[in-house]
Amino acid sequence: MVGGFMSKYILRRILIAFPLILAVTTVVFVMLRVALPGDPAKLMAGDRASPEQVEIIRRKLGLDRPVIEQYFIFLRNFAQGDLGRSVKFREPVLGVIAKAFPFTAKITLLSVTVGTTIGLLIGIMTAVYQRTWIDNVGIVVTVFFFSIPTFWLGLMLILIFAVGLRVLPVQGASSWRHFIMPVATLAVGQSALIARLTRSSMIEVLSTDYVRTARSKGLAPRRVLASHALQNTLIPVITVVGLSVGGLLGGAVITESIFGLPGVGRLAIDAISNRDYPMIQGTVILVAASFVFVNLLVDIIYAFVDPRIRYE
Amino acid sequence: MSERAVAGSVDAAGLRERPTGLYTLVVMKFARNRVALFGLACLLLILLAVVFAPRVTPYDPIQKDTPARNQAPSLLHPFGTDKLGRDILSRVLYGGRVSLQVGFLSIGLAVVVSVPLGLLAGFFGGLLDNAVMRVMDLILAFPGLILAIWLVSLLGSNMVNVVIAIAFFTLPTYARLIRGITLSIREMEYVVAARSMGASSPRIMFYHILPGVLGPMIVVTTLGVSGAIVAGASLSFLGLGVRPPTPEWGAMLADGRNYLRTQWWIAVFPGMTITLVVLILNIIGDALRDALDPNVRA
Repeated sequence: MVGGFMSKYILRRILIAFPLILAVTTVVFVMLRVALPGDPAKLMAGDRASPEQVEIIRRKLGLDRPVIEQYFIFLRNFAQGDLGRSVKFREPVLGVIAKAFPFTAKITLLSVTVGTTIGLLIGIMTAVYQRTWIDNVGIVVTVFFFSIPTFWLGLMLILIFAVGLRVLPVQGASSWRHFIMPVATLAVGQSALIARLTRSSMIEVLSTDYVRTARSKGLAPRRVLASHALQNTLIPVITVVGLSVGGLLGGAVITESIFGLPGVGRLAIDAISNRDYPMIQGTVILVAASFVFVNLLVDIIYAFVDPRIRYE
Repeated sequence: MSERAVAGSVDAAGLRERPTGLYTLVVMKFARNRVALFGLACLLLILLAVVFAPRVTPYDPIQKDTPARNQAPSLLHPFGTDKLGRDILSRVLYGGRVSLQVGFLSIGLAVVVSVPLGLLAGFFGGLLDNAVMRVMDLILAFPGLILAIWLVSLLGSNMVNVVIAIAFFTLPTYARLIRGITLSIREMEYVVAARSMGASSPRIMFYHILPGVLGPMIVVTTLGVSGAIVAGASLSFLGLGVRPPTPEWGAMLADGRNYLRTQWWIAVFPGMTITLVVLILNIIGDALRDALDPNVRA
């Protein structure tokens, strides 16, 4: 029976995700075609273009057709994985994004892994040693890490490790040493977030009856922690880790820009400042779609970890 | 008012003979947190310095002063000067006006819109609830900062649009929270009792549900303001938002970024100020949460 509930739950989640992605693409389309001030063809052609050149671009982009028709063409192409051609790169949008994605994925996965591991350790320590000096130090460190804005932390790391000590390269992505500072920049915030969450979640779990029962049975404190308390502590942590992965995959904009990493966030920003419309459309849609997809994945993992969810 | 007193005495079980209002208890508990009180005092000091910037500092934040350019921190210029000879401390103080306004206004706007939305959706349920929450899901499908960057670039770079963009991506989180609390309060016995006594829907929402929403909202908005200040500074760091020469914390950092090797103070001090303000707001937010949580001892 569990299998039946499970697949029904997953199916429902998937059925929610698809209309959401469709709605996202529609909103992006409408925003770019209708809400945008000015004529995209003219903006793309530049100030010195002749009316004929503008007309050619307009026809090439299909902007001379009725908006509804443009919308259906856009949807059809999107379904076939065609997001148009970047004006700046003169390549298919999807190809450009595919080239940038590995950099973003690398710093996302590394920083989330490092940050979450450190955060879990701090969170568990501070919860177990609640109201001791360990807890106090932990709280001060995490609220500080939680408060440092990414852009300032990134600059300070550059100032210390690249300008001062000269041990790490400032910009680029040509070696593993280039990734140390961006990953550290993102991991600091992530570790603080996870530590705070783990601490409060753990404290709550430690005060439940079943943990008290386990303790009164005479189980070793280590056993109680590892096999009783930890699993339920992790439930809210999973959601937040998922949100971080989803957010960073498209949103490491600041970090990528500080360290000159050619990732998706950089691409999105450059597309906006270059007024590269197909590129803006593509990056925003893909970023949102991957966000929705990661959240879907989290919901599914959630159902495995917390059986109560399945009966919701 | 009576249900507050009841809630207060229930939360602080054992105090029944000396009924104290819930919010009085919360304030008392908060006041016992010395770190948070110190933070609050620092925040007020910073706010005063920012508001009365012209009286605090003799320097103009925008006017060039070429002979005084690129000076390291000194008694005359505690935060140093930039390449145009402008005093960094003055620019940080005047820049605080923009950054703090962005923080408070955007969260204020998000609250003003999300409270009625969440209350109505949670209270009436059905089609209205579904419609409002699906729109919120849609906004949540976009990562916040990307959405804000996109909105500001579409609407145009200025402070009002930065405020709108940040409020826009904060809105769904608040609306969800308020809806959830409304749903749970709606079924409580005192609300059912009020309804059976003939209280109208607006009356129930305003007098019986809204006070219950306030507590969690105070915590979330305090933390929200610090997030909004960072988001606003991030936008100007990327070149969106307030235009130079108007000082703004994020824009000052972006400027200082080019002089890290030679004039480190241009980037260090504005960033330190943002971190300090955000840290204080987070500490106050945490203290408020502890104060409102009946399970946390003072």
